[in-house]
Amino acid sequence: MIKKNKEPLFHLVKRDTLPRHIRILIRLGAIVLALILCAALTAFFTGINPIQVYGSIISGAFGSARKTWITLQDLSVLLLISLALTPAFMMRFWNIGGEGQVLIGGLATAACMICLEGKVPSAVIMILSFITAVLAGAFWGFIPAFCKSKWNTNETLMTLMMNYIATQIVSFFIIVWEVPKGSGKIGIINQNSHDGWMPALFGSKYMLCITVSIIVMVFLYIYLKYSKHGYEIQVVGESENTARYVGIKVGKVIIRTMLLSGALCGLAGMLLVGSINHTITTTIAGGQGFTAVLVSWMAKFNPFTMVLSAFLIIFMKRGAGEIATNFGLNQSFADILTGIILFFIIGCEFFINYKIKRSERHDEKGGSEC
Amino acid sequence: MENGNAAVSMRNITKTFGQGVIANKDVNLDIRKGEILSLLGENGSGKTTLMNMLSGIYYPDSGEIFIDSKPVSIRSPKDAYDLGIGMVHQHFKLVDVLSAVQNIVLGLPGKLDLKGAREKIKEICDKYGFDVDPDKKIYNMSVSEKQTVEIVKVLYRGADILILDEPTAVLTPQETQKLFDVMRNMKKDGKALVIITHKLNEVQEISDKVAVLRQGEYIGTLITKDTNPQEMTDMMVGHKVELNIERPTPLEAPKRRIKVEGLNVINEEGIQKLKDVSFEIYSGEIFGIAGISGCGQKELLEAIAGLQKVESGSIKYIDDDGTEKELIGMDPLKIKELGVALSFVPEDRLGMGLVGNMDISDNMMLRSFRDGHGVFTDRKTPHKKAEGIVNVLHVDTPGIETPVRRLSGGNVQKVLVGREISQKPKVLMTAYVVRGLDINSSYTIYELINMEKVNGTAVIFVGEDLDVLLQISDKVMVLCDGQVNGILDGRKATKSEVGLRMTSLTKEDAD
Amino acid sequence: MLGFLSFIPRAVGQGIPLLYGCTGEIITEKSGNLNLGIPGVMYVGAISGVIGSFFYENSVKGGAMNGFLAIMIPMLCSLLGSFLMGMLYCFLTVTLRANQNVTGLAMTTFGVGFGNFFGGSLIKLSNLDVPTIALSKTSAYFSATLPFAGKMGWFGQIFLSYGFLAYLGVISALVVAFILKKTRVGLHLRAVGESPTTADAAGINVTKYKYVSTVAGCMIAGLGGLYYVMDYASGIWSNDAFGDRGWLAIALVIFTIWKADIGIFASVLFGGLYILYLYIPTGMEHMELKELYKMIPYVVTLVVLIITSMRNRREDQPPASLGLNYFREDR
Repeated sequence: MIKKNKEPLFHLVKRDTLPRHIRILIRLGAIVLALILCAALTAFFTGINPIQVYGSIISGAFGSARKTWITLQDLSVLLLISLALTPAFMMRFWNIGGEGQVLIGGLATAACMICLEGKVPSAVIMILSFITAVLAGAFWGFIPAFCKSKWNTNETLMTLMMNYIATQIVSFFIIVWEVPKGSGKIGIINQNSHDGWMPALFGSKYMLCITVSIIVMVFLYIYLKYSKHGYEIQVVGESENTARYVGIKVGKVIIRTMLLSGALCGLAGMLLVGSINHTITTTIAGGQGFTAVLVSWMAKFNPFTMVLSAFLIIFMKRGAGEIATNFGLNQSFADILTGIILFFIIGCEFFINYKIKRSERHDEKGGSEC
Repeated sequence: MENGNAAVSMRNITKTFGQGVIANKDVNLDIRKGEILSLLGENGSGKTTLMNMLSGIYYPDSGEIFIDSKPVSIRSPKDAYDLGIGMVHQHFKLVDVLSAVQNIVLGLPGKLDLKGAREKIKEICDKYGFDVDPDKKIYNMSVSEKQTVEIVKVLYRGADILILDEPTAVLTPQETQKLFDVMRNMKKDGKALVIITHKLNEVQEISDKVAVLRQGEYIGTLITKDTNPQEMTDMMVGHKVELNIERPTPLEAPKRRIKVEGLNVINEEGIQKLKDVSFEIYSGEIFGIAGISGCGQKELLEAIAGLQKVESGSIKYIDDDGTEKELIGMDPLKIKELGVALSFVPEDRLGMGLVGNMDISDNMMLRSFRDGHGVFTDRKTPHKKAEGIVNVLHVDTPGIETPVRRLSGGNVQKVLVGREISQKPKVLMTAYVVRGLDINSSYTIYELINMEKVNGTAVIFVGEDLDVLLQISDKVMVLCDGQVNGILDGRKATKSEVGLRMTSLTKEDAD
Repeated sequence: MLGFLSFIPRAVGQGIPLLYGCTGEIITEKSGNLNLGIPGVMYVGAISGVIGSFFYENSVKGGAMNGFLAIMIPMLCSLLGSFLMGMLYCFLTVTLRANQNVTGLAMTTFGVGFGNFFGGSLIKLSNLDVPTIALSKTSAYFSATLPFAGKMGWFGQIFLSYGFLAYLGVISALVVAFILKKTRVGLHLRAVGESPTTADAAGINVTKYKYVSTVAGCMIAGLGGLYYVMDYASGIWSNDAFGDRGWLAIALVIFTIWKADIGIFASVLFGGLYILYLYIPTGMEHMELKELYKMIPYVVTLVVLIITSMRNRREDQPPASLGLNYFREDR
């Protein structure tokens, strides 16, 4: 009954932590490979040569002062949403409901702007926008957190459903407020009075978003790393048993952290409506609630590294968008390229965590690593 | 060693994990048909790893395995089964939501024929003297039932070479005897058996030969009837060990510290884990708790620590001045705020007592991160404490910043015990505190616990090794199926007495 | 009665893509893989079929189409597209042991982008002179019903008015349910999802089972996309029209407590909820209420999700190792 067993050519072993520079090098290598593949793909569809492709991407992202500002603004919004999700992820709470939390925050802002136009000073509208957006986002984060802490409801699916409920609530109000009637759109809110439009900062209308995201980034870094709350989040994320053992109330931490996550998402919604678009649509978050999950994960939940990962995504999106426009292709081209880059980054983690050993009987020189 | 008619020969087997952790080094071993071989060694000596390479769970870094003198390569458990090797793991490999018969036929080829399988299971049971209900779901089974399913599973596949990894650890003495009978039947049937154990009496009782491993290395093989416990112990630990554990007297007169009355606990699955448990613990005493695993020790400790929901009863903490404080309904934080200095070394070190991915210093913070009034944590004090523990307890670590999961079992435990003792507890609870530790680390831990006792701490010591339990404890409470089955004097009680009380409820009340 | 008679076929039409997605995700999750890439996979399955039939339809311009080819080309293209997506997911999560949530989301980003990109750029890329992607001829083959279905009255309308893919969807759900309940392969698959360590020790090739069930799951889900565009949408591709059905399919898996046969009824129910707003009169004055009615399927899923978690029955729980990757030498 002995059959001829094949000698395994290789087997896997878990690695000890690699030195930092090697980890960075592996990730950079993956990104470079992905970029090469993206360029080749773009060249295939458009017929221009790969070097030109990157020329176009760079000019798409930084071709003019205005393009550069928009790139930075987009970057800051994505960064803000990614930061918002991060405390929850550190707690191993898979909040993929960023989309809904942003939308609800945006809706709150739109409501303040529409309902209070002309009734109170613009500054009051702004303050109320801020408060209601933050509260609305926090409430949207609270619901799944409450169910998770009470009945251990699967948060991934719950937050997902909350996204669509938020979308439908927003479309309900769009019809209620539509201008003109029957158009199914709101259009620019308070186009003449500019009531409730968030102010420009440092003389630039783009700077508000950028400043807010930088403040949140620094705040979160300190909060997660040095505060008692941050420590509790880490312990809950690593082991709920340990948390209970030292008297951390897991449910309370989950709810508190999701309130924060949701509130920051609501803040992002406020900026999208009050500062950037001055209108609300169901797609105003543009899938960034999902992209932010990937951005946060790529940065290994480090707020500062998140700038880089968010930049990579925005850069490709803006650049690929430019190419798509120039060649009459669909804007979704950017998503394909983003997907490819993500696959490479996701895949390269393997080489950081594992090594492949060749079987030594065939290879007497000993286990070679790759 | 001669190859001879060995069913299995392992030659120069080496296996390492990660960086520098050598589990097995140049091990040679022969297993013969119609023979029971004991694989003896301390915890962590590489017994299980070695056998896992036979059963296809691990693949050796180097070395060769021969089955019936032919070289083979065992890549997977399936290869092992095809070669007639079957292993019953210490942690059962059963799927909880499936029934016994579904688990037994798992992984076999051909059409699914549960009816035929039930018949074949009955045949096997009759032949060797088991008892299995084929349609019972695993999650409804007792430990011993699960083990039986595992053994039947291996025999069902026609294994000629059986490996049992510490099969008696979870069994009562009666169940152990039943298992040994079955093993003898299988031996008569011409099967080759390996039993992994560190209990010398079992080695002597059941095996023909005994192979000894020490720190991953093969030391030698002895004929069981020609050897004695002393010789085996020497081979196992490498040098003669002083088996006596001190039992010092405390500095101050004992005071009543904990009073438990009529405690009842029902767990999440609705099973009553503690029934009407009452006892008292004094300062300066080590209160041992004996019992086969899973008969309420965990629930008892967690109830005192405020981690387990209690149905009824009371747990009172008695202060030096005599005031009583009820602990039921409190969580660990409230207990701390009540001024009760309670330390707890839980069974699950990395899953409960420590956070594996955090470094030593951050793990110190688990107990102290709330200190101070600000919103920020104090990182300096825990860092100093971590350094202190590393130095005083000789924790072998590359640095304070090393995640504790990368430390060896003994060092992990030193960190945990060190932290808990540094709380200056009035009550210290420990569960299986030396499980998996080498002899030297074990003694370090015993000394630490004794030191606490001398200084007036009330210590609750849940253990599995009766020798240790009886030597270190002042009193031994025996739990049997969630009930107190006698509280004995540790100086007078004998092992057999405790063993008997662990397995069968006695009618008359002990002292 | 008339309203009801037209409601059922529309509910079924809405339900079939969900059924495919749900069946596919059930066998995927049974192996312990939580594939959040299913929405992307369904897009890829749909667009691959569209690409195949687009070229076939344009190649026979004016001439008669071969019915067999008209069905097989989009089918095979769709299966190939979702097969590749499944392989990608497995390669990343099973072989490279990447985080399943992250991989799934990346696949959805990629898949939806892939669908919309080719949906929006196919005409430009192929340099063909057609105004829109309207594969009405191919669609006619896909939505063909039995010849006597129209004559069977209400029975025909409720049970026989669908294209073959609808029945294939029901059959595949039944087959999956049978495999999981009655066969050795199903037993092994459940073991892999519950406890890969145990399955591995029992000699089951965990990697193979994870690969096969996940890839097969993706291929089934992809057909849901194909059904949507070829039958339900009459062969007309419009970007984002498929919407969030993929996510709803994942929610359905929970609703059905991982049982494919329940999925048949549950998906029709969800399909009905999805279009219920069309049947609730609001009057022209309150069109906004329709938007609230569209919320119903999500709210129902949410409620089911919460209720099952509250009841917490052992039999209704997800596979124990769902979302976790398996590495044999982990210690």
